[in-house]
Amino acid sequence: MAASRGVSIIQSLRYRGRQGMVSWTLHRLTGLGIVLFVGMHVVAAFFLQQFGDPVATAITAFYESWPTQLFVYFCILYHAINGGRVALMDLFPRLLRYQHELVWLQWAIFTPAYLVPAFYLIRSAWIPA
Amino acid sequence: MSIPQRVRPSGSWEHLLWIFTRLSGLALLLFGAFSLGMGFVLGGRTQLDLPGFVRWMFFPNPNHVVNSNIPDVTAGWSNAFWQIYSVLMVALASAHGLNGVRMVLEDYLRRPLAVVVVRMLIAGAWIGAIIVAVYVILAS
Repeated sequence: MAASRGVSIIQSLRYRGRQGMVSWTLHRLTGLGIVLFVGMHVVAAFFLQQFGDPVATAITAFYESWPTQLFVYFCILYHAINGGRVALMDLFPRLLRYQHELVWLQWAIFTPAYLVPAFYLIRSAWIPA
Repeated sequence: MSIPQRVRPSGSWEHLLWIFTRLSGLALLLFGAFSLGMGFVLGGRTQLDLPGFVRWMFFPNPNHVVNSNIPDVTAGWSNAFWQIYSVLMVALASAHGLNGVRMVLEDYLRRPLAVVVVRMLIAGAWIGAIIVAVYVILAS
């Protein structure tokens, strides 16, 4: 749609959609991130199990490394919490009255739920369990 | 700000998919919460490490957690309930995810033929995902 209206990436970044715009963008990117991870995981696991393929071993090592895990965890947690908020607002339109507060509530849940496991993930890179 | 209390539903296929995305998203949250909780009920606290719990939560199948140095996966972890549960979960999740990919792609496609081709590829990928899931789940 953006393409057919001739809106460039720079122009779209200048659009001030506040929290809704950030949520929409992050929801799309994290959704695509999950599809990418699950697709990689299924394909790599299949070729690893059936043929012991070295490429599959490399892909597995890639998605099991801690930076990828940090990214995947961000995608899944953000997509789950944001999707829950959007679905609840769509099912119960009365909640739209508090849409800005709900976004802040979402970040209040997301931040600790992301940072605590992220801390242990990063620490495990230096201190093997 | 005035909020419209009732919007007339169009009843189109796109509208049904819009509703499906919301409901399947909420259902997947409940699926994840239930398999995580049942992991604790089945005694996973002494049998699974944290990555094992996460693997069980997203795909409750003994083959999926056996790689992570679990001592043994005993009775209760593998039965018809979890097999049906896993097939349902994969079917819902792949429909939700692939429909999302379709919506993202269709935002950037202009030619009607490209839209048709993408929809056929997406439908094929969904059927393929279910076949792979049933094979993996029944073989384990």
